[in-house]
Amino acid sequence: MTDQLSRVFAALADPTRRDMVARLTEADHTVGDLAEPYDVSLQAVSKHLKVLEDAGLVTRSRQAQRRPVHLEAEVFDLMTKWIERYRRQAEERFSRLDAVLARMQDEDNPTPNDTTQEGTAS
Amino acid sequence: MTTTQTPEKTTRYPEAAILPDEHVPAVHIWRDFEATPAQLMRAHTDADLFAQWIGPSSLTTRIEEWACRTNGAYRYVSTRGEEEYAFRGTFPFVGDDKIVQTFTWEGMPEAVALETLTFEDLGDGRTRLHAFSLCDSFEGRDQMLASGMETGVHEGYAKLDDMLAKGTF
Repeated sequence: MTDQLSRVFAALADPTRRDMVARLTEADHTVGDLAEPYDVSLQAVSKHLKVLEDAGLVTRSRQAQRRPVHLEAEVFDLMTKWIERYRRQAEERFSRLDAVLARMQDEDNPTPNDTTQEGTAS
Repeated sequence: MTTTQTPEKTTRYPEAAILPDEHVPAVHIWRDFEATPAQLMRAHTDADLFAQWIGPSSLTTRIEEWACRTNGAYRYVSTRGEEEYAFRGTFPFVGDDKIVQTFTWEGMPEAVALETLTFEDLGDGRTRLHAFSLCDSFEGRDQMLASGMETGVHEGYAKLDDMLAKGTF
């Protein structure tokens, strides 16, 4: 199933598709609705939808005449959770790096008074 | 060169931003620091400084080998109670504002990631770090991204399978 996951990441790597997914988190939309804000052909929008469908991110109702597009929120949430968790771990590491850099700067400028090179204080 | 999905100059990254690459099995991370490129470089090349920030606080990191210079190599071990995780790699290139290193978790010695760290001077005492981690397959990239989860990657896939099975595919 790893291809599936790569497809989800690839699907979300495109800004137009990310925007479509963001709008679908609020409500289902028909293809016409979805296409409206974008300056691209309906065909191009259908192509984007196909990518999202193949990734399992959206489904289209087979019953209703207008076949609204529906976001598979669970799949979307899992992906975003994975990425966000990874991001958060990186951020925790960088916060610790912030602290190390702050200590280094104190050692580089041992004078407690700020190093004024700009003349008089205001 | 790498496929860069370069952010706008005006964008600020006070917190880490992450983007899985669209074209190759890689992950980008951007983060701004209140420091000069030289200081950021030192925090990466100096073993004592590096040890202070690399490991999660829940782990103790012990640096076994550290030569952060062109053609150097490294190895460090993180421990949590009885568990040990060892990481190793080489530094093909270390310059003034760039580090190129390989990264391997010894539990999967054949899976090698290639990491390029670039420090960009933002000109106001701040520096932007860009980390580009290139894995050898999309599967490996996704495992790396999922490695932070409490559930292992396979449980994650199993859960995804369940979800997909419920859908109308």
